[in-house]
Amino acid sequence: MTKKISGIAASNGVAIAKAYKLVDPDLSFAKTSITDVDAEKGRLNAAFDASKEDLTKIKAKAVENLGAEEAEVFEAHLTILSDPELVGAIQQQIEKDQVNTETALSDVTDGYIAMFEAMTDNAYMQERAADIRDITKRVLSHLLNVTLPNPALIDEEVVIIAKDLTPSDTAQLDRKFVKGFVTDLGGRTSHSSIMARTLEIPAVVGTEVATTDIAENELVIVDGLNGHAIITPDDATVAEYQKIGDDYLAQKAEWARLKDEPTTSADGVKVMTGANIGTPKDLAAVLENGAEGIGLYRTEFLYMDSSEMPSEEDQFEAYKTVLEGMSGKPVTVRTMDIGGDKKLPYMPLPEEENPFLGYRALRISLDKTDMFKTQLRALIRASAFGTLWIMFPMVATLPEFRSAKAIFELVKADLKSEGVDFDDNIKLGIMIEIPSAAILADKFAKEVDFFSIGTNDLIQYTMAADRGNEKVAYLYQPYSPSILRLIKRTIDCAHKEGKFVAVCGEMGGDPIAVPLLLGLGLDEFSMSATSILQARSLIKNLTTTDMQALANKALDLDTNDEVAELVKAATTNN
Amino acid sequence: MESRNFHIVAESGIHARPATLLVQTASKFSADITLAYEGKDVNLKSIMGVMSLGVGQGSDVVISANGSDEADAIAAIEDTMKKEGLSD
Repeated sequence: MTKKISGIAASNGVAIAKAYKLVDPDLSFAKTSITDVDAEKGRLNAAFDASKEDLTKIKAKAVENLGAEEAEVFEAHLTILSDPELVGAIQQQIEKDQVNTETALSDVTDGYIAMFEAMTDNAYMQERAADIRDITKRVLSHLLNVTLPNPALIDEEVVIIAKDLTPSDTAQLDRKFVKGFVTDLGGRTSHSSIMARTLEIPAVVGTEVATTDIAENELVIVDGLNGHAIITPDDATVAEYQKIGDDYLAQKAEWARLKDEPTTSADGVKVMTGANIGTPKDLAAVLENGAEGIGLYRTEFLYMDSSEMPSEEDQFEAYKTVLEGMSGKPVTVRTMDIGGDKKLPYMPLPEEENPFLGYRALRISLDKTDMFKTQLRALIRASAFGTLWIMFPMVATLPEFRSAKAIFELVKADLKSEGVDFDDNIKLGIMIEIPSAAILADKFAKEVDFFSIGTNDLIQYTMAADRGNEKVAYLYQPYSPSILRLIKRTIDCAHKEGKFVAVCGEMGGDPIAVPLLLGLGLDEFSMSATSILQARSLIKNLTTTDMQALANKALDLDTNDEVAELVKAATTNN
Repeated sequence: MESRNFHIVAESGIHARPATLLVQTASKFSADITLAYEGKDVNLKSIMGVMSLGVGQGSDVVISANGSDEADAIAAIEDTMKKEGLSD
């Protein structure tokens, strides 16, 4: 009977093969009292030595299969086995409690496992508990004279079924035969998941029931795209998933081909696809997905992830890292957007009746100018390391922009007199998220260098509907002709003055919105990095003249749903 | 006794790989070497000790060596810290 189990999608793709259960042998033991302490210590040392020997072999296999970097974890395991404090603690336990080695070993390592698992603020350290379990298992197997399963001997295509894959398990896996993983435990950052993505094999983790519901040799489909495993599927299901897997591979190959290509429509109009980021840690994904720039760097995480006001130096380092990482591609940094739903522990803000309509973003920056100047100093200094654009959030009026620009010029003059190196051509822009700015876009366009439309807030403020309130969630209507008209106005006014327009809200990567925005003449689509190649692929298949006609039709419709229907019908016919 | 302060700049703090290298470096010397962090002292030759501290980015630690080769030990540890980008 076909059965479907669900877990966390840890590594993309579809695999179909027989189950190979990588399940531990019985490692249970009884707690016994001993009298010959030296004999027990001798057993301990022999088990440690044998484990080191195993790990040296596994490490060599890992270097061969996975590369030197992935094999480093075994170096760490070998160092743990050579830890004088660890062996010392176990020896002491044997001596103090007069217990067998197995008991002393478990007591001591359980203590370490509990300690690492308690580090709840540090996911990396929490995962190290798995390393200790792995080592303990190995030493225990030598003490008990049982053999751990040996996945290195697998010689046919299989899907590995395990409670949780340990580093030494994965090191022994031959990627030629291992087509996928399904595990009971783990999350997206656990070892099994990271390894599956490194090996580019589909994986579903955290199913809770894989080892109980799947029997050895049963046919299993691993759907790493949606996080399911299908056990003993019928022929039709196998064929269906084979197609899903093939389509995914074809799509992946197509996207990978687009990574270093410009974003160009079918009729040769060039636009940009950029990434939205929150911290320098997001850079890896930005580069992997071939972003042509960063359309939105949200600097508030610098403030929110800190227990005190971030210093100029801390900010400078973060901005510099991002600018250098992008090697000259434009990076648009949004100045601090605190307030609304984002609070700072070290900067108490008064309780407000309507925080989204209150004291937030540029409104705070223009009030607390010292804080604003520190951020601008860090930014201007970092501009020496790449192409920096700066934009101000929540601008409602021209005087607000002029004040911000004046402070920017002041800080720049200070830095110049200090002889600090910076780029003299930093572009200054504003977010278009308050309807007043969109309506007055013709005036703003004469003074700013660019616009970036923050669609999430623009929708919230245009519809007068709190984004966080479920009762009015139906008013989040990105395709409403009212929103499209504001966007059109913004783009037309900017282009009249020869200025650049980006969209950095959810709409930037939305498959319904992208055709419309292309038709409206948008210059840059900024979105989460993982959506970029998909959007680039979509744009490649669209013709701007067709999209202009489509957008014009949409602008004249009555409702959000009518627009969505129109775009769906037009793009699926392609 | 020889001591030195280190300000940890590495993004994930002292995690598995650099911790391993620090311990391996320390283990080459006969001096007793300790790492002090937030009032706790651990043996720098013990990987479990070092990892148990969960030293994160932005922390300050003090490493002290006591023994005939203490000066060389501190110099070698400083070298590893820099090479691994743990400290500047």
